[in-house]
Amino acid sequence: MRNFIICALNWVDERFPLTAMWKAHLSEYYAPKNFNFWYFFGSLALLVLVIQIVTGIFLTMHYKPDAGLAFASVEYIMRDVPWGWLIRYMHSTGASMFFVVVYLHMFRSLLYGSHRKPRELVWLFGVAIFLCLMGEAFFGYLLPWGQMSYWGAQVIINLFASIPFIGPDVAVWLRGDYMVSDATLNRFFAFHVIALPLVLLGLVVAHIIALHEVGSNNPDGIEIKQNKDPKTGIPLDGVPFHPYYTVKDIVGVVVFLIVFSVIVFFAPEMGGYFLEANNFIPANPMATPPHIAPVWYFTPFYSILRAVPPMFNSQFPGVVAMGLSVLVFAALPWLDRSPVKSIRYRGPLYKTWLAIFVVSFFILGYLGTEVTTVWGTFDKETWIVGGVDRATVVARICTVAYFLFFALMPWYTKYDKTKPVPERVTG
Amino acid sequence: MKNTLMILMLALLPLAAQANEGLRLDKAPINPSNQASLQRGARIFVNYCLNCHSAASMRYNRLRDIGLTEEQIKNNLMFAAEKIGETMTVAMDKKEATRWFGAPPPDLSVIARSRGADWLYTYLRGFYRDDTRPTGWNNVVFDKVGMPHVLSDLQGEQRLVIEESVDARGNKLASHKLVLDKPGKMSPPEYDAMVADLVNYLVFMGEPARSTRITLGLGVVLFLILMLIPAYYLKREYWKDVH
Repeated sequence: MRNFIICALNWVDERFPLTAMWKAHLSEYYAPKNFNFWYFFGSLALLVLVIQIVTGIFLTMHYKPDAGLAFASVEYIMRDVPWGWLIRYMHSTGASMFFVVVYLHMFRSLLYGSHRKPRELVWLFGVAIFLCLMGEAFFGYLLPWGQMSYWGAQVIINLFASIPFIGPDVAVWLRGDYMVSDATLNRFFAFHVIALPLVLLGLVVAHIIALHEVGSNNPDGIEIKQNKDPKTGIPLDGVPFHPYYTVKDIVGVVVFLIVFSVIVFFAPEMGGYFLEANNFIPANPMATPPHIAPVWYFTPFYSILRAVPPMFNSQFPGVVAMGLSVLVFAALPWLDRSPVKSIRYRGPLYKTWLAIFVVSFFILGYLGTEVTTVWGTFDKETWIVGGVDRATVVARICTVAYFLFFALMPWYTKYDKTKPVPERVTG
Repeated sequence: MKNTLMILMLALLPLAAQANEGLRLDKAPINPSNQASLQRGARIFVNYCLNCHSAASMRYNRLRDIGLTEEQIKNNLMFAAEKIGETMTVAMDKKEATRWFGAPPPDLSVIARSRGADWLYTYLRGFYRDDTRPTGWNNVVFDKVGMPHVLSDLQGEQRLVIEESVDARGNKLASHKLVLDKPGKMSPPEYDAMVADLVNYLVFMGEPARSTRITLGLGVVLFLILMLIPAYYLKREYWKDVH
């Protein structure tokens, strides 16, 4: 039996680098031995991607991308398809959890400088994955054809309509109609189930290949490849990814699945944040809901859009600010000029700015889920801000803070007081 | 500078109280595991709601989930359908309905998921006489509602009383109160209990898989917690030789 397996493997290896790939990416890919909590989210993102693809395939078997049938077909899945409710809740929860995991994965990079040289391309592929994921979430959200699906899509497409000169034509081109309609639903379905997943998968492969080319960063932000065993050439602070990190990631996966299952089985709506109440009303082009809010993972950027006041009678500056707030992440490897990578050896300036950024991100995220009048309005007599909604003022302050984190980074990282970096990784 | 700081701090205070201009909803006293309540609610639903409102995603035979047999469903609850596997549709024409009520009565399959139990509970107890409305009825949580008070023979007729007062800071406050003018067939506590049964049923109908979901969830989470134990020790065993 054993001989047979070895023979079969040899047969394959002569024709396809199976063993070589296994070694290069798992059993002989040396990862730093000091990964901590923040290093679980890469493998978890991969897990959620698989959950989304598998549940998505089963949803496609019963979903009808037709403005007249879509809403009812989702309810059909929830009631009449055996285990349909489970598949649908896994997919809707998976969408939100994808962003939870990806945001934490990105934050890890801000902590330990994983975007820094030589990992710029790993980071850029990652930013592209994030953009792709946002598109995927946006297109997918139209499919249940509820009121929030419909009006959310309407609002986002109207952003493109605010582009000077060509905007209105671009909006029609995107919708395939003069309003969000069956044509829009059909093309969004195509984008959601095939176009973007293909791009996403390609980018994920590129992300991992680029990572394995340069090797993983670690909480100390030092290169383990600089300290190799002179005989074997293996990094002294590295352990083979398999079995060390595979068994470790299994623990992460189980903990994640516990959280995931608690949401799927006990709070699939997550208090209206994962599944919005208004989306249980079928799309009605004649009735605009009083409050249109995107799903939570878009709200920080949506807040930035709302915070920028219209200029020259146009919403376009806000749209530019929102676009920039996402794209600016791509510039991070070149904005950061600190001699050290990890927050462990950075000085107070970077720590303060990172804290300001995180707090701004959360406040913007919260405000994006609410109407701008949520905190009331300043009295008419108040200096400068009289008559303006309090929430808008706060959102503007946070927007400025958000961008200053990036804009001032070349200076505060350069002049920050850093601590000496150790030769070898610490615990 | 001091001013700016003050403004900043003020702005950061959560001022939710000021934004809350809507009416406070009554908490719906429902119990999704009370089958008798769900069955009573189903009976009220097919008798009073299912004449104008459809529940096009709900099949009659799904009522077996709340402890009814096919025979019971057929004999007591199916007035508009022939087969037990049919969905709860109504014959009312949408155009006609729009002419009568201003808007077609919405499908109620997932109404509990869009409105919430508390809203429904308050709404169904919140109708009052209003002669300015074409139907003669208005509602405290749904101003200018198109729906007439179909449960008025049970509840009776309410009148809206607005009491104005001035608080310590000189703000005008208006409090709404409903007063029962003409009693119906039920006493107010009986009526409230009946509405609670109906809302309980609407919540069930919004997500019939709910109870399966929760039971299954307990098993899944328990399994995962058990699985965490070998996963953790496996990791510890492998990592013994590192460091």
